[in-house]
Amino acid sequence: MKNRFIAVSQRVAQTIPVVVGVVVISFLLTRALPGDPAVFFAGVAADEASIEQVRVALGLDKSLPQQFLIYVGDLLRGDLGQSLSSGQPVLSDLASRLPASLELTLFALVISCLIAIPLGVLAATRPGSWVDHVCRVLVTAGVSLPTFFTGVVLIYFFYYLTGWAPAPLGRLDFLYIEPEHVTGFYLIDSLIANDMQTFAGTLKQLILPAATLSLFTLAPIARMTRSAMISALSSDYIRTARAAGLANGTILRTYALRNALLPVITTLGMVFSFSLGANVLVERVFAWPGIGSYAVDALIGSDYAAVQGFVLAMALLFVLVNLIIDLVYSLIDPRIGFTTNE
Amino acid sequence: MNSTVTLTEPVQPSQSALQHIIYVMRENPVTLVSFMMLAVLVVIAVAGHWLAPFDPLASDSSAVLQPPSTTHWFGTDNVGRDVFSRVLVATRLDLQISVMAVSLSFVIGSLLGAVAGYWGGWLDVCLSRILDTIMAFPLFVLAMGIVAALGNTVENIIYATAIINIPFYARLIRAEVNIRRDSGFAVSARLSGNSEIRVLAFHVFPNTLPPVMVQLSLNLGWAILNAAGLSFIGLGVRPPTPEWGIMVAEGSQYIVSGEWWMAVFPGLALMFAVFTFNLLGDGLRDIVDPRTRK
Amino acid sequence: MLKITNLAVSFNTRNGTVTAVRDISLDVAAGQKVGIVGESGSGKSVTAFSIMRLLDDGGQNDAGTIHYQDINLLQCSEQEMRDIRGREISMVFQNPRAALNPIRKVGYQIEDVLRRHSRSTRQSARRHAIEALSAVKINDPQAVYGRYPFELSGGMCQRVVIAIALACDPRLLIADEPTTGLDITTQKVVMELIDELITERQMSAILITHDLALAAQYCDHIVVMKDGEIVESGDSVTLFATPQHAYTRKLVNATPRTGASLRDLLPSPSDAKTSQLTNKVTSLAPARPAPLLEVNNLVKTFTTASGVVNAVKDVSFTIHRNESVGLVGESGSGKSTTSSLLMRLDHCSSGQILFEGRNLLDVTTKQFAKDPRRASLQMVFQDAGDSLNPRHTAEMLIVEPIARLTNMNRKEKKARVSELAQMVGLPEALLTRYQHQLSGGQKARVGIARAIALNPKLLILDEPTAALDVSIQAIVLNLLHDLRAELDMSYLFVSHDLRVVELMCDNVMVMRHGEIIERGSAKQVLQQPQHPYTRELLAAVPQSPELQYGPNTSNRAVL
Repeated sequence: MKNRFIAVSQRVAQTIPVVVGVVVISFLLTRALPGDPAVFFAGVAADEASIEQVRVALGLDKSLPQQFLIYVGDLLRGDLGQSLSSGQPVLSDLASRLPASLELTLFALVISCLIAIPLGVLAATRPGSWVDHVCRVLVTAGVSLPTFFTGVVLIYFFYYLTGWAPAPLGRLDFLYIEPEHVTGFYLIDSLIANDMQTFAGTLKQLILPAATLSLFTLAPIARMTRSAMISALSSDYIRTARAAGLANGTILRTYALRNALLPVITTLGMVFSFSLGANVLVERVFAWPGIGSYAVDALIGSDYAAVQGFVLAMALLFVLVNLIIDLVYSLIDPRIGFTTNE
Repeated sequence: MNSTVTLTEPVQPSQSALQHIIYVMRENPVTLVSFMMLAVLVVIAVAGHWLAPFDPLASDSSAVLQPPSTTHWFGTDNVGRDVFSRVLVATRLDLQISVMAVSLSFVIGSLLGAVAGYWGGWLDVCLSRILDTIMAFPLFVLAMGIVAALGNTVENIIYATAIINIPFYARLIRAEVNIRRDSGFAVSARLSGNSEIRVLAFHVFPNTLPPVMVQLSLNLGWAILNAAGLSFIGLGVRPPTPEWGIMVAEGSQYIVSGEWWMAVFPGLALMFAVFTFNLLGDGLRDIVDPRTRK
Repeated sequence: MLKITNLAVSFNTRNGTVTAVRDISLDVAAGQKVGIVGESGSGKSVTAFSIMRLLDDGGQNDAGTIHYQDINLLQCSEQEMRDIRGREISMVFQNPRAALNPIRKVGYQIEDVLRRHSRSTRQSARRHAIEALSAVKINDPQAVYGRYPFELSGGMCQRVVIAIALACDPRLLIADEPTTGLDITTQKVVMELIDELITERQMSAILITHDLALAAQYCDHIVVMKDGEIVESGDSVTLFATPQHAYTRKLVNATPRTGASLRDLLPSPSDAKTSQLTNKVTSLAPARPAPLLEVNNLVKTFTTASGVVNAVKDVSFTIHRNESVGLVGESGSGKSTTSSLLMRLDHCSSGQILFEGRNLLDVTTKQFAKDPRRASLQMVFQDAGDSLNPRHTAEMLIVEPIARLTNMNRKEKKARVSELAQMVGLPEALLTRYQHQLSGGQKARVGIARAIALNPKLLILDEPTAALDVSIQAIVLNLLHDLRAELDMSYLFVSHDLRVVELMCDNVMVMRHGEIIERGSAKQVLQQPQHPYTRELLAAVPQSPELQYGPNTSNRAVL
């Protein structure tokens, strides 16, 4: 147990150099590249004087190490700079838009896990059956789908042709009133407010973008579940369990699935990374007011501080998610923290 | 000198690599199909300009937003350009971006990975830290950041795609080299008088290639998606250059009013290309998998 | 109790249907212990899995019946089989560590079986599981109950597997190579435990093994299988003493044993130019010129996460010209580390290695690759398959050291490879093959050809036959023996198998925990061991019934 505590603390400590690295890269992306950062930060419309003003404000007239210290100092105070387009601090812009993105991403991930894991298990236990074939087609087709294209096609079918889905314009139709802000997740907030109408409205808006994102994340999860389950099922300990006459259910659940879930959990980290990227595209297609579309607008408008803040925020979020995933993993796998002398 | 002990074991017939490939193809015809799909893509990429019935850049105000017909197979776009021609011509650019990006990341990644995996030590620690840091970014987001920083050009799309792919190769090769570094055949190569560099270059590294080939193929598909995604949000390729991502982006504005062909055909072309590489990767996996090989 | 009649099993593979077992019949009476012996591919494991109805995918029973008491197992539904498995018939597997669920406490794994067969309720399960653990003589069953398999040694894991198999008091135990991969002393402990438990519970048992001596020691009745057929069966003593079938004779002969010479292991002694070679070797050894290799106070320590490991502690020995020295020890004894230090594949922490009077350590391991002495020090590896680059043909593999360390031209190299192939008995037709296209014995020959390509003076043989079937082992051992005489080489023969060392070596050193605890002439060490550990090792070697038999008796070297 002591070993495991050490292993867990080591894992937590490992995030420190990664966070430092992330900060360094996001600093280098803007300062150490050819071109004049002051011109970038001042925006397209700036004149000589305002460029000079930005240069002094950001400390760009100082040496790189000094600039880095200033940058880190600003970060520690929560200052990501001012957005040119909104005129607000980047941090508050991001904070107000983050719940929309997270609600979409997490909802999509939950859906795809709920579909992909059972599908992968079924495919592995019945190799060659129709479930297996469906799984294979879905897996290969799924990773080939450009999310932005899936979104467009879904809109065409479910909005233009059938009219089942509402117009792809944001989180909530203007008919509904935004629920009182508690978590920022409309689904949860509307439940807290006990406003079922808003809840249904939110769900309606959410379903198409979430389906788009799920189709994309379904494939890697199903693929990993299937292959992990197949390798677990062909392992020696399953044979031992079968030779002992254990019931099929016990073998599948307690012996095969628990072992197979370990690599699946690791895959989830990667999938989360992909969906944060895909999120940007999906938000763009569905005019979703999250940080993805904020970043795209900033990119097009050359709003430099906003882009930098977005990249940094995404990286920190992903580092946090990875940490959580690894900690969950170490709860499940007793081997963590155990070093063999062999 | 004569052998004192005769060979008593039977000499079994052997199976050549070609026979193995034929076997895999027959067992899994999908692989064969994927090779044919790749051939189609390559032909279009090379000859797309001659095959295209119309000039992909020529607008025609008399034929705006026309649905697919016998003249315009994939219809026309909002300024009357022929979508079919544009889809054909775009193939070369999309493939070029992904092939160049993937080759760059393969060369750099495998060099770094091989050195780190073979010699280990501080070099390995440094590389792993750097890779961890790159992987700590959601990769598409990092690519956005890099393009934003380097400037909005096609070359920078290639560099950005290459950089985000490097960790995959470096890690894969590092792991593959690492498990073979002290394998029996590496040790016996050392006993045969090979220097460390020779052991790595001629004995260990070539054995890591089969799994990397699979990765390479899957990665090509992914790189196409990535580049198309970047141009979808307005980075890299600029209109009116025909490129699948931009064409979907342009078409998506017309989807809510029912002009589906503008977005759907370039999207399908994109899917076809990515699907080909993914299928190919799966097929290669069967071919190189030692478990299916006798 | 168990009656197999005319069983046939086949597998659907990519090369068509392959018959694994054809028309075998076999009886196991109550309380009887039956050994099924055969080399790889003989169908012995397939037979066992057929009884349990646990054949891999693609395997099918084509004909025959398997009756357990009055039940035809092949007609049972899957549900009925599940009731039989674990309660009536149980199985113990090789590679015990992999045979246990890695992320479930071993106690729970035993409880799963107990509860499945209604031997325990939720309340009593823990008590019964601990009882099952103490039944397999685990010292602290309470503690082991809460352990995971990775926290236990291989021998302990096998005890847990046995505890699972015996938890519900089955009437028949099938043990499939239960000790393969375990050290020889652990093998003895595990086999004695199984033997004791089945005798005590009056169970029947089927022991599946490649080791004829092991089967003979623990079983009443032996069945010999080859290519899916039973070639001979009979009670152990008779079968061993008067083998009827040619294959059984070959197998009995090929098993290394006390009192048999290397030549006796071969099917027909006329194959080898026997006695004068053997004499030549032994007559050369006592001449004793200056030692070829002198090792003084060799030390190797590793630093790992869990502290400093002293892999080799202060080891000294000498090897003379044309001498064959055995280095014996179990896993973790430091014998492999010692051999890689001698080969200059690894840095020594301290000590001295003199080769022909010159210090080997005066160049770094890196530079040693180009050192002229590299050619004189070569090695044959344990796993021939692993030591051959999978992307090179046999010819490329053999030519590699010649190309690197000599200046021969193309034609000379080609001639040398042919010569080497002939010396090791490898047909030239095989030279264009890749390693996965060669059999185990052929791979071993390629490995040997490569090692002797440069006429080395010292050859380290690291368990060169550990992965081979016993009949192939006999051939390879003889080949190595003859090559030593022909090429005037010295051997350091690293092995865990005392019977093989006895055959191959003039002198023997026994290693444990990084130290040489006993040394002397092979005869002396193996017949009058001084150190208790050596005695323990020797006692652990399966003792086949007394060998007053055989076609080769007249040829046998008298010791």
